[in-house]
Amino acid sequence: MRTPLRPLARILQARQEGVNPDTIEKENLKLRHEAMREKARGRAQFRLVILCASFVMVFGAIGARMGLMAATEPMEPRASAPGAEIIAQRADITDRNGRILATNMMTYALYAQPKVMVDPKGAAVKLAEIFPELDAKALERRFTDGRSFVWVRKVMSPEQMQRVHEIGDPGLLFGPREMRLYPNGTLAAHVLGGTSFGAEGVHSAEVIGTAGIEKALDVRLRDPAQGGKPLTLSIDLSLQATIEEVLSAGMGMLNAKGAAAILMDARTGEILALASLPTFDPNDRPTPNVDKTAEPGDSPLFNRAVQGVYELGSTFKIFAAAQAMELGLVTPETMVDANAPLIWGKFKIKEFEGKNYGPLLSVSDVIAKSSNVGTAHIALMIGPLRQQAFLKSLGFFEPTPVELVEAPGAKPLIPKKWPEIVTITTSYGHGMSASPLHLAAAYAAIANGGVMVKPTLLKRAGATTGVRVMTEATAKASVAMLRRVVTEGTASLGDVPGYEVAGKTGTADKPKKNGGYYDDKVVNTFASMFPASNPQYVLIVTLDEPEDTTLSEIRRTAGWTAVPVAAEIIRRVAPLMGLRPKLEPPATDAVTAASN
Amino acid sequence: MRSVLYVLSFLALIALGFWAYRENYATQAALKEVEGLQRQIVGLREALSVQRAEWAYLNRPDRLRGLTAANFDRLGLLPMEPSQFGTAAQVAYPQTRLPEISFSTDIQGTLAAPEEGL
Repeated sequence: MRTPLRPLARILQARQEGVNPDTIEKENLKLRHEAMREKARGRAQFRLVILCASFVMVFGAIGARMGLMAATEPMEPRASAPGAEIIAQRADITDRNGRILATNMMTYALYAQPKVMVDPKGAAVKLAEIFPELDAKALERRFTDGRSFVWVRKVMSPEQMQRVHEIGDPGLLFGPREMRLYPNGTLAAHVLGGTSFGAEGVHSAEVIGTAGIEKALDVRLRDPAQGGKPLTLSIDLSLQATIEEVLSAGMGMLNAKGAAAILMDARTGEILALASLPTFDPNDRPTPNVDKTAEPGDSPLFNRAVQGVYELGSTFKIFAAAQAMELGLVTPETMVDANAPLIWGKFKIKEFEGKNYGPLLSVSDVIAKSSNVGTAHIALMIGPLRQQAFLKSLGFFEPTPVELVEAPGAKPLIPKKWPEIVTITTSYGHGMSASPLHLAAAYAAIANGGVMVKPTLLKRAGATTGVRVMTEATAKASVAMLRRVVTEGTASLGDVPGYEVAGKTGTADKPKKNGGYYDDKVVNTFASMFPASNPQYVLIVTLDEPEDTTLSEIRRTAGWTAVPVAAEIIRRVAPLMGLRPKLEPPATDAVTAASN
Repeated sequence: MRSVLYVLSFLALIALGFWAYRENYATQAALKEVEGLQRQIVGLREALSVQRAEWAYLNRPDRLRGLTAANFDRLGLLPMEPSQFGTAAQVAYPQTRLPEISFSTDIQGTLAAPEEGL
């Protein structure tokens, strides 16, 4: 109800009393304004409170939600349509034809909550029966010392899980685990490496690579953006299996301590097989050798093909010959001084078993007969600087770029200074050490017409372009020389009819730990390529401490050990790759005989 | 008039509430079904991966080598050898045996009646 500004009663009274009635109006107006102001303030205050409250509520809700999300286990959104792939935690690894080398399998981890266990003692005894490696006493102690959580086992088989179920203790619980499985066992173990669990929770555990390609490409294998697409290697399962079989048979027959083989596509640098013996099972990777006095090669984890940095011996001679031809210093027919022994300062360069192939020998014969002195003279023509540059261009000064975690650590051992005596010894593969994989890459350059290829374990779509290190003519002449080594020289056992093997043997004495060389321990290498008329594949075979005892005397030269093994590998592997042997064309009457 | 509007909007509110209630439950049911299906898919995928692993395990070269050795008398399988490549010229032609002429076919025919109008 509105109160009038000039109430009649008061106005009349004021008029009677002779007072100005306007003051009454003013007073009333003032009162009214005050009331209005009071009301407005009240409303504004109310609005502020509401606003405040809603801010508190909104922020409270957001905060509470954030807290909730942070505190709870992550969960897949319920309403999202299931993707094409429920992405496995780690991508599979397959060979070049898609056959599985490594995959994942669901299994369960066993843990215990002793606080809710009914019979910790009985459960401990029964668990020890199921898992023989567990100790009942130790387990019981862990169950009863007051802790509320105990890991019992990381993975188990479904049968074992069933037996644990049958114990029926409510305190024994299972957590799902994705487990890495290598269905082929020891096959290509050094390539694959192995995995182990990283951070572990009850509901899942991280699987991380511990060696080999699993560690080198760990990020790629775990990348969710790849959508679980399998990683395709350049390895061929059949070739790998065959090479491992032949190599291990050869290693047994020759009493070798270890062996390694690399088969590489010379055009693309793809490694089709990479074997190192002795091997191990990546499903149950042995613990590394912690004994400091042991040689690294004693552990089966040691990858001889990549980490085994040895003096590669006479296999290096072809590089000196190739470079001399490239520089125009010699041709294959040039006669060089090969009069043994060569006296250089206080050093005496001798031939194998003190022979003398001199006084003069053609470059081609220097390679075929593996003359140290002849190679030394060729190297002296080239000179240290150019020799270093050439070996550097072939990749002998850097670790190999292959996708294995072990590769960057396997640095070639290069002499610090490079006087002429080092030039001489390096020319026939002594004084400088590299891995068989380095050798494979360098031989692939020769086989590939003088263009370097980058060794890789990943499947490539086609040939790659690399740096040219020598002309095609030089490469061709070098292959012809290597072919002569097999047809007429030190690797005569390496000839495989139809496949025109070309290669070079190398025998290097093993160095002792505290200087000097062993008399009776050698590393034998055969570096080969086939078919010589159009080299496509490079095969390196290395045997550690082999000895051939089939005849009365013990032989330790590569020609008697690594070469026959390599020949058998080529005989078995080449047909598997679909390589047709080059045979004499059949006589016409043979056709008639077949048709009748 | 206004009261009719109020009544109508109140009824509409109730109807909408009822509809929302039903939709909510239908959504819950659909989500539950999706969850079940997803669980099923996961299970099947798991089984598939186990079977793939099993297949790879059963086909590992070691085992196949052992099996060919064990069944050599039946299968007679040996590793591939270079000598197994042949040329097309080495393949024998099949015997060109012409079928004997055992019966004579009657090739005599009769002329059809000439069509009318010709």
